[in-house]
Amino acid sequence: MNSATRVAYGQALVELAEKNPDVVVLDADLGAATNTNKFGAAFPERYFDMGISEADMMATAAGLAASGKIPFASTFAVFAAGRAFDQVRNSIAYPKLNVKIGATHAGISVGADGGSHQAIEDMALMRALPNMTVICPSDDAEARAATFAAAEMEGPVYLRFSRYATNTFHGDDYTFKIGKGEIVREGTDVALIACGLMVNIALEAAEQLAGYGVSARVVNMPTIKPLDNDLVLDCARTIGKIVTCEEHSVIGGLGSAVCELTSRMCPVPVSRLGVNDVFGKSGDVPGLFEEYGLTAAHIVKKVNSLLA
Amino acid sequence: MAQDLAAVAKQIRRDIIEETAAAGSGHPGGSLSSAEILTVLYFDKMNVDPANPRWADRDRFVLSKGHAAPVLYAALAERGFFPREDLKTLRDIHSHLQGHPNMNDTPGVDMSTGSLGQGLSVANGMALAGRLDGKDYWVYCLLGDGEIQEGQVWEAAMSSAHYKLDHVIAFVDHNKLQIDGPNDKVMTVNPVDEKFAAFGWHVQVIDGNDLEAVSAAIDAAKAETGRPSVIVCETLKGKGVSFMENQVGWHGKAPNAEQAAEALAELSAE
Repeated sequence: MNSATRVAYGQALVELAEKNPDVVVLDADLGAATNTNKFGAAFPERYFDMGISEADMMATAAGLAASGKIPFASTFAVFAAGRAFDQVRNSIAYPKLNVKIGATHAGISVGADGGSHQAIEDMALMRALPNMTVICPSDDAEARAATFAAAEMEGPVYLRFSRYATNTFHGDDYTFKIGKGEIVREGTDVALIACGLMVNIALEAAEQLAGYGVSARVVNMPTIKPLDNDLVLDCARTIGKIVTCEEHSVIGGLGSAVCELTSRMCPVPVSRLGVNDVFGKSGDVPGLFEEYGLTAAHIVKKVNSLLA
Repeated sequence: MAQDLAAVAKQIRRDIIEETAAAGSGHPGGSLSSAEILTVLYFDKMNVDPANPRWADRDRFVLSKGHAAPVLYAALAERGFFPREDLKTLRDIHSHLQGHPNMNDTPGVDMSTGSLGQGLSVANGMALAGRLDGKDYWVYCLLGDGEIQEGQVWEAAMSSAHYKLDHVIAFVDHNKLQIDGPNDKVMTVNPVDEKFAAFGWHVQVIDGNDLEAVSAAIDAAKAETGRPSVIVCETLKGKGVSFMENQVGWHGKAPNAEQAAEALAELSAE
């Protein structure tokens, strides 16, 4: 409860491995940070530390998948999607191999390590690849469920996890389905469509908006690709105003995916809240969210200007 | 057997000329230089079943230098993985024979390749899976000499040795030419053997256009335990077609009809 999604991921891998002997895990010298070291301790023969060589790790995972294994390859998002992009593209996505990329430390909530380590473009890169599924869970319960779901589906999956702990808002009855979003708070004036850490913050914003007499629907959209088109279009048609919220660049992520769909099927005003085409920097996480415009107050402001 | 293999190698060379001539593009030079390697693999050493190309126990081959697709397609067609007539459809919009190998399009292709430097890592992954499953298959990987300028090759070389992958057998097609010119002018790769030895590999340097030398080297590599093996194959780019031999210009250019006829005549002479 209330732990970082990367922690839930590490625990889920151990549970998965107990059930499925084909699950193997690779890491690039970050097992303690990505939490795959728990798997390494429990199943050392199925755990491959590849050293600091992300490119080699991704293509090795491809070879394992080509021979029937279900490899989870883990490192920080900035390296998984950036450093090893060509390996993910040509050795995983192009041949549609069954590799799961467990990318942790995504977004600016990496905190103190700074802009070099804060992936704000990873979903854009991964979403542009054919055959790739992109998932960004919002809490530990969803991270666990998404890890199981990724193992069950055939084909490449990019799982985006956070370093920073957040509030668990999913109950024990939560069932996760790839490609399905969920309405976590009903509302009629504006739809806040969020993913990752921003779902909790959007819920906070909705509460504040209620105080101003604005009724906000909050949608948790954990699968960025394939997008839950039905749910987005329902927001567009029944509410008519959308604010997307993501801890990612406003270019190429959830906001872009929503705009691509609505512009074609149901053009309505969409305002994208995210990192505004700049790199991050070192700092404490609340301070960074304040500085980069990712707080409930920023969402409220965005909503007010959209409704004005 | 030796004479049969020589005939197969010659047929594969004729196929390479016919494929690239029909396509009007492609890479004949580095395909011709590695004809003996693929001949020995697919017609002598590799345990494969053309009727069941995804057989779990089969030996694997990763063409890391994916631009040499014509030689792989020729070997697979001659071995019966798909009809020989398909070879003339290379690179056609309706063909299963992509410009670079695609494992989901072409029966017998074990891995999609083309972006250089990635195949040895993939071979390692296949070997790790085989070890986990208690299978005894071999994983072969063909690297270009220019290709080993890619840093990932050395990440992979480190991994093969670290994990003691003695069922990985790599070849370097050392024909000494790459697109921009001789390796030595573009980016020195020598000493190839010492580099792999320093990374913990069992190393052999052979005449890679000699069928018996290739065969013997594979046998010696298989006898090695506890470490991966590399066979540095000294080869001639464009081997078998006199006007293509050792000419950098034939790396990525197809022969026209007249040149193809001349090459085929030379490859048909006794």
